[in-house]
Amino acid sequence: MKLNLNTQKIHQAREYARNIALDTQNFINAHTTEAVERTVCRLLGIDGKNEIDIPMPNIVVNHIKSLGLLSDGAALLIGNAAHMLGIPPQEIAERIDAGTLDFSKISVTDVEKAKTAVQSAALSSIGKIKENRKLREGFITQYGDKESPYIYAIVATGNIYEDVVQAVAAVRQGADIIAVIRTTGQSLLDYVPYGATTEGFGGTYATQENFRIMRHALDEAGAQAGRYIRLCNYASGLCMPEISAMGALERLDVMLNDALYGILFRDINMKRTLVDQYFSRVINGFAGIIINTGEDNYLTTADAVEEAHTVLTSQFLNEQFALLAHLPPAQMGLGHAFEISPAVTNGFLYELAQAQMARDIFPDAPLKYMPPTKFMTGDIFMGTVQNALFNAVSIITNQKIHLLGMLTEAVHTPFMADRALAIENAQYVFRTMQDLGGEIEFKEDGIIQARAREVLDKACDLLVRIEKNKLFATLEQGIFAGIKRGRDAGKGLDGVVQKSDGYFNPFFEMMLS
Amino acid sequence: MNISPYGDTLNDGKVQLSFTLPVTNDDKGAEAAKLLAQKMGINAPNVAHRKTLDGGFTFYVVYGSVSHTINYDAIQVQAVEGDVMDMQGISAYIRENIRRPVVFVGASTGTDAHTVGIDAIMNMKGFAGHYGLERYEMVEAHNLGSQVPNEEFIKRARELNADVLLVSQTVTQKDIHIANLTELVELLEAEGLRERVILICGGARITHELAKELGYDAGFGVGKYSEDVASFAVQEITRRHLV
Repeated sequence: MKLNLNTQKIHQAREYARNIALDTQNFINAHTTEAVERTVCRLLGIDGKNEIDIPMPNIVVNHIKSLGLLSDGAALLIGNAAHMLGIPPQEIAERIDAGTLDFSKISVTDVEKAKTAVQSAALSSIGKIKENRKLREGFITQYGDKESPYIYAIVATGNIYEDVVQAVAAVRQGADIIAVIRTTGQSLLDYVPYGATTEGFGGTYATQENFRIMRHALDEAGAQAGRYIRLCNYASGLCMPEISAMGALERLDVMLNDALYGILFRDINMKRTLVDQYFSRVINGFAGIIINTGEDNYLTTADAVEEAHTVLTSQFLNEQFALLAHLPPAQMGLGHAFEISPAVTNGFLYELAQAQMARDIFPDAPLKYMPPTKFMTGDIFMGTVQNALFNAVSIITNQKIHLLGMLTEAVHTPFMADRALAIENAQYVFRTMQDLGGEIEFKEDGIIQARAREVLDKACDLLVRIEKNKLFATLEQGIFAGIKRGRDAGKGLDGVVQKSDGYFNPFFEMMLS
Repeated sequence: MNISPYGDTLNDGKVQLSFTLPVTNDDKGAEAAKLLAQKMGINAPNVAHRKTLDGGFTFYVVYGSVSHTINYDAIQVQAVEGDVMDMQGISAYIRENIRRPVVFVGASTGTDAHTVGIDAIMNMKGFAGHYGLERYEMVEAHNLGSQVPNEEFIKRARELNADVLLVSQTVTQKDIHIANLTELVELLEAEGLRERVILICGGARITHELAKELGYDAGFGVGKYSEDVASFAVQEITRRHLV
């Protein structure tokens, strides 16, 4: 603990956060959503789309919803049909689409037989995910893992095949994680598109086919480079758990997966997001996928000096929600960002304090550190300096998932050369300052220690307030990022239902045991 | 007056440029970079730096003197008209000339998920020391956030009785912003609302000229703050007798 923070205070903050998460978890445990049930369909092997491009998991879940049976869980109804008709889940979906199968015509008479009927389909996905986990671990043992921060580069051409070209180039230049940016607007789609994307806006869709294409390319590039290249995408929006399931099946390694982000920044209903994030994180936890949380986003709307404590508060909350989903600290890429205005005197010291504080409080988390974006102007020369300072904080405070700062931020999505210059910048700073962090002690009660203490105190105060108000009311009051959200407002609320007593989802038990 | 870039002597024409060519990093590639610069009108190009990006791609930094000149006096640009007042000045102007709070409704519309632009103009905090419209005494500011469909934006504008509509567009890939901005104008015209509001767009890639071309009253790009937007809007309200 380099900042001499009050451990009692940290412990208290965790307790408050835990109580907030536990209280919210009661709601989560009592509910399911369309997205959760579509995820169950996917994990039972239902895939593909019909003639008018509706994905099969949507066809099944829409059918169940129209019968008012969502509260029993898709697995129970699919299992029952499998038992009664002796056909696998995919064929059940196809028959529903063809209009030759209606779940209301075959009521569940033998629950145990229905549950047993989906057992082998469920175990097949579970086996595949376990296999992927083993493969990843095998690659990492074979190639070794990196001590210094992972260099995280983004590709965003909108065409998955062009993305591959850019990603492979980035790997050759030194990138360790490739994130494929999603096309704008996907978070608000209540289905996952099918197939490869060649014409996206500012990114591609998160589709299973796109995942497969990029995974294959990165495995090849990684074998050439003698490194395991991690693949990242975004499990967020209205299809959060479905994307996690697809990622688990296609061996993604990192997923953006925040408990609150969709509520605040995409106006997705809070009940929907909280229920969805739980199943999503259970899957990610089980699959060995590192989640990245989105605290950095607060600072794009709120001020990084004044609102630093909301970042820490959210990190505490994300930690507790992740623990409730059995996702271990080693997979918690808690987020924060280098977003203090260059005009602030001693701004670098505050950045250092914030980053070191996150390191001290969450020692086992592979922290995700985001580069400057808000004060990048298009002056690429100044931008390079800002990125160099960001790189310095990252290596000094031992951050783990290091998003590259782009000199052309605020101008365009990165060119190949922009990315190469960013990697060169990061590698230079990481090399030249490799052990600087170990050599530094912070002055007792100096500016940096005092700043960290202040942020922790404020976060603790905020957590007390949230514990008292409960999370839903807190979000209604606009405490995070200054954004107010009603508990019954926002997108996706009509897809939330209370579970019945007989609700069945085999994956919770299989993944949490 | 004819002008050309300034390095360290008037009209020496000095420029720097960087680009990537899809070729391997060798002398032939460097020659290609030089010839390309010459085609751009750059005399005596000097390939100061070249670097391999990937097997088949090389990055070049080139310096040289551009042979072109520009007749500066002949240039005409469309600029936003009116005076720029400060926050207090704008409130005073509203009190005196409009005599009621002015309703601004803003959003990042279409599929655009970025709020940075609209927040910079509207949020209390503002940007770079320029307070946002929420802090203006005589302004009623409603920031609807991001990914607001045009139909929804118009519906809310009606409900809120908007005087001024602010549309922010950050994502401009494949000109998605043009289609979206055009659609909003068409919808407003179809609903008979266009003449009753001041319609303004903004974003890093928006110019006043583009905004006018698309049927907006004004457009604001990089380096413009809430006072630039509000000054224009309130003066336009009086000019068009929308008081």
